[in-house]
Amino acid sequence: MTSLALDLPLPLNREDASLMPRVRGKRRTMRPEPQDAGLVARLRAGDESAFVELIDRYGGTMLRVAQMYVRDRATAEEVVQETWLAVLNGIDRFEGRSSLKTWLFRILTNRAKTRGERDGRMLPFSALAGAGEEGDEPSVDPDRFLGPDSPHPGAWAAPPIAWPQDKLLEGETLGVIEMAIDQLPEAQREVILLRDVDGWTAMEVSDALGITDGNQRVLLHRARSKVRAALERYLNPEIAGGAP
Amino acid sequence: MSLFTKEMPCQELVELVTAYLDGSLSRRDRRRFEAHIRGCEHCTAYVEQMRELIVATGRLTEEDIPPRARDELLVAFRGWSEG
Repeated sequence: MTSLALDLPLPLNREDASLMPRVRGKRRTMRPEPQDAGLVARLRAGDESAFVELIDRYGGTMLRVAQMYVRDRATAEEVVQETWLAVLNGIDRFEGRSSLKTWLFRILTNRAKTRGERDGRMLPFSALAGAGEEGDEPSVDPDRFLGPDSPHPGAWAAPPIAWPQDKLLEGETLGVIEMAIDQLPEAQREVILLRDVDGWTAMEVSDALGITDGNQRVLLHRARSKVRAALERYLNPEIAGGAP
Repeated sequence: MSLFTKEMPCQELVELVTAYLDGSLSRRDRRRFEAHIRGCEHCTAYVEQMRELIVATGRLTEEDIPPRARDELLVAFRGWSEG
């Protein structure tokens, strides 16, 4: 299969598994994780540079994830700090059956959830049990397809128009994407940030957030579809009904 | 396309793009999906836009941990490693 995306002059600094259909059950590997075994040994030995490496890599994401579950920023910071202490105190028992990252985020979300529940915070992921079965949030405005009475129901009436490659690279375009992500509902925003900005795998995301693989995909799909629509409104303003 | 495989309309295809790119469609749906895009330039353009979006989104950078929170963590680390 061809992929024009890979022809873009962009620095593809990671192998993006989401761009590649799975081949015979094997996923392409994602960007390499920091060498877990080495980091774990250094942490056990009290090596501060190993700790710094980890907080610089995951600290911002941890804070953001924690903030989804708790009531304010200060509480999120507390949860992150508690998580690191739990990680350090438990590092001797870490057996490497999961990656360090998976282990870290499991501890984080468990703690953040407990804290949020205690504070009576509505959890963004608790309302997701039926995500995917609703079907009331189309990816593309239904008016852009031919109706049931046409000879080709469901075919494009107002089709997408290829995007100008030079415009895609402009800072302003990235700004449009960023703004569209900011406006997403919390759970959708978190999933698209983890998958498409941080480059996590589907399994890492569902594991860290404690949701099913199917829910994670529905959230990602809704998020991407809305961001695509926003980008289309910006790049192809001539298409009427571009907003789903 | 086989007589026994139901054709996939464009409106259905746009709902399956993420599952397709993740490689999580059933074999049957993947065949229908690929058969459809082979013959539909509009859906080819749509899938292409999704790929371009994913690549562009990957260029956004993650917010770093604020310096104050980072300093507090380092203090906590020193307490732990010395204790």
